[in-house]
Order: sequence, then structure tokens, then C-alpha cells
Amino acid sequence: MKKLYLAILLLTFNHLALAAEIPVIAAAASVKFALQDIAQEFTRDTSKKVRISYSSSGNLTRQIQQGGPFEMFLSANSHYIDQLYQQHKTLDQGVIYALGRLVLLTHKNSKIQLDENLAGVKQALQDGQLKRFAIANPIHAPYGVAGKEVLHSLGLWELSRPNLVLGENIAQAAQFTSSGAAQAGLISYSLALAPVLKNRTQFILLPANLHQPLQQSMVLLNKAGETSKLFFNYLQQAKARNILSRYGYSAP
Amino acid sequence: MDWQALALSVKLSLMTLVFLLPIGIFFGRWLAYRRFIGKSLLQTVLALPLVLPPTVLGYYLLVLFSPNQGLGLWLANNFGTTLVFNFEGLVLASIIFNLPFAIQPMQRAFASIPSEIREAAACCGMRPSTVLWKIELPLAWPGIVSAMVMCFAHTLGEFGIVLMVGGNIPAETQTIAISIYDSVQSFDDQSASIMSFSLLMFSMLTISFTYWLSERSSHTHV
Repeated sequence: MKKLYLAILLLTFNHLALAAEIPVIAAAASVKFALQDIAQEFTRDTSKKVRISYSSSGNLTRQIQQGGPFEMFLSANSHYIDQLYQQHKTLDQGVIYALGRLVLLTHKNSKIQLDENLAGVKQALQDGQLKRFAIANPIHAPYGVAGKEVLHSLGLWELSRPNLVLGENIAQAAQFTSSGAAQAGLISYSLALAPVLKNRTQFILLPANLHQPLQQSMVLLNKAGETSKLFFNYLQQAKARNILSRYGYSAP
Repeated sequence: MDWQALALSVKLSLMTLVFLLPIGIFFGRWLAYRRFIGKSLLQTVLALPLVLPPTVLGYYLLVLFSPNQGLGLWLANNFGTTLVFNFEGLVLASIIFNLPFAIQPMQRAFASIPSEIREAAACCGMRPSTVLWKIELPLAWPGIVSAMVMCFAHTLGEFGIVLMVGGNIPAETQTIAISIYDSVQSFDDQSASIMSFSLLMFSMLTISFTYWLSERSSHTHV
């Protein structure tokens, strides 16, 4: 019995010690697929690994403030990084590495008309075809804030409000839409271009002037080690930039 | 199938059992045999996790161990560690969350041992620790085993509190339940369905095993 106890304790902490050598990076859910590709290339080129934890930028900011073990943070806006900088949680002010865009996403078989002014959405809301409209939670997800701004700009906020479903982060809002649980959603361009979504959904890119710029920002946190610093630089090089532009990000 | 997450979940469950087995036996016996002031209050507190929303417990743990204040700050300053967003924090949360699942079946098991048997053992001059090892534990073991099995399964399935105090960190706090949530959000329905089905089968097995145990022990007469 004593031996069993010891074995469990040893195995567990041994495993944790191994995992601890690989740095953890906190990343906004919107950059998930692009970052997965970049991390893969990074490991191929440098034979170093990173672990990535995805959530909404607001949620991750809170985790960083609460002492989460992260070494680097990719946020879907610059606001959260400014906040962390002021609280002395970061090495510097960070950089804006790309600009994000929003799309209107529907299921492949949807009859809702796709257009830049969301006229089709308005129509579908009025005739009851659009019952659930997915955006990310604007309280802590930057793409949710942008989605809310788009609806405000087009005068659709009041009309759509009773039909909104809020995703915990933008990936969940996209999942609601791609599964058909929501008939349409305002989703990040980067997720809409992901291969897994491409064959189930259709989308139209929305004009960038309908919302505040989505400044995709990143910063090294106080705990950053060598590998994280390498990864931070890697993200600003041509190879990573190409992957980012493949996922619809434009240069800042 | 996310093997890393499964391995992490199994480790978390085993660690939880390592702590809960002695805790459960201690409180189970104490509550079964003793009367003392504040017993009903203690029982209430120990049963709280049954009805308390995991987010409430998660919130209090986050506040308690936040490295910006109080106990969390003290831990960070003196030990350079924290109990949120890491595995140790999950173990602690999991122990608290599973308290009633460990204690209540054990309490019932100890309570069902007739007091004459324990008294007879004491009259024969057996020391209390010998009574525990030679008499009580052998009689109470089906209850103890079923408590442990329930705790194990319950830990595998823990979600809300793990996400709240653990975050979603691969190889650290990304348990199998979180991994299912994560693969749904990555549109990876295949992994989600494989993992969900495995957990469903495992839960079925667990419950039938505990039923089988209680059935068996109800036939054993003392």
C-alpha cells in the first residue's frame, strides 16, 4: 500500500517536471488554427516545442493576472496587453503583429442571404428564419466587441438582441454556427478560413470600417524563457507572416 | 483520442484518491461513531460540494489563491508557488469537490458495523488501531472501495471547476473533460465523439461496479 502511494506520487510529479520544460503560451481563440500551423513550423525549424492554451483574450488576461504560468500572450486586441503592461505583468509593451477582420458566417445549406450590409440578416431576423445569431461574448472577447460594434453601426443591435447567443470565445461562436445550432454568426475571418470550417460553412467578409480595428497583439510575460523569446521573434518573420496572411490577417 | 489529457485525468484521479482515502476513513469513522458538538454543522459543510455549483467553489479558490493578495500572496512569496492554473491546484480543488463522495459511503459502511463487534474486540484487549485494521476495515471495505471508485470517476468527469481554477493548459490542467470541450471548439467532432463515448462507457462500468459491490455486501451477514 505504501509503495503504491509512493509510486503514484513519483509518477505524477515526474510527469509534471517533464511538461514544465515546455513553455505555455496563452492565445486568443481566433488565432487558433493559424498559430497551430506556425507552432508546427517552429518546432520543425528549431526542434523546440510550445504548449498553447486558447480562450477569449479577456479570460486569459484574468488568468495571467491571477498568476497563470504563461510566458507569452497573444491577444485579439491591444487593450488587454496595455492593461497587463500597466500592472507590470509583461516584459514590455508588446507589438501589434496583425489586423483581424470579421465575417458573416452561415451554414453551407443556409438560405440566409450573405451581404456586406447584413440586409439578408435583417430580413431573416424579421421573417423569423434567423432564430439564433452567434457572436462572442462582448464582455471579454474582442471579436464579440467588434461584432457588437458592427450590429450597432448597421442599426441592427436592438433588432438582433433577443436572438443573440454568446460564445465563451469566438471559436465557440463559430462552432454554434457551423453545427447549425445558430443560423448565422459574426466570426473572425481567421476561423472562417480554417480548412475544417471551409467545407461546412459559407461567409462574406465584412467591411473593416464597421468596427474598431482588431489589433492582434502579442507580448512576452515576466516568466518568458528562451524558447518563448524565440517563438516571439519567429512570429514576426516571413514564414509566420505568410501563414497569418493565409488565415486572412493583414499586416499592421 | 487525446492520450495526454487522458493520462493527466487518470493522474489527477489517482492523486485525489491518495489524499481522500485517509481523509475519508478518518471522517467517515468519526462521523459514524462519535457524537460531538457541531457534528451536524460539520456534516453540512462536508456535504456542501454535492449541491454547491462548481463555479462557486472555483470562484472562492481563485480568490483564496490569487497571488495578488492574502494566502496566495504569502504562498507566492514563501514558496514561489501558486495553487491556481496548475496541477497542484487541481488536486486541491478535486479533493474538496469529492469530499462527500468519499466520506458519505464510508460513513455508512462504518455505521453498519454492529457496535457489539467493536465492543467485543475492545473487551478482548485489542488496541483501537488493531480494531481498525483487523475488524472495521475488513467489514467496511465494500463501502470504501465503492467510495473510491465513485471519486475516481467523478474526478475524470469534473469540468466547471477544472476550467475555472485550472484554465486549459495542455499537459498541466487540460483533463479529458476539458479536452472534449476543446475539440468541440476546434470543430474536431471525431475526437470529441471518441472521447465522449469512452467516458460514457467508463461511467456505465463504474456505476454497475458500485451496484454490484453494494449488492454483494448486502448479502454478507456479520
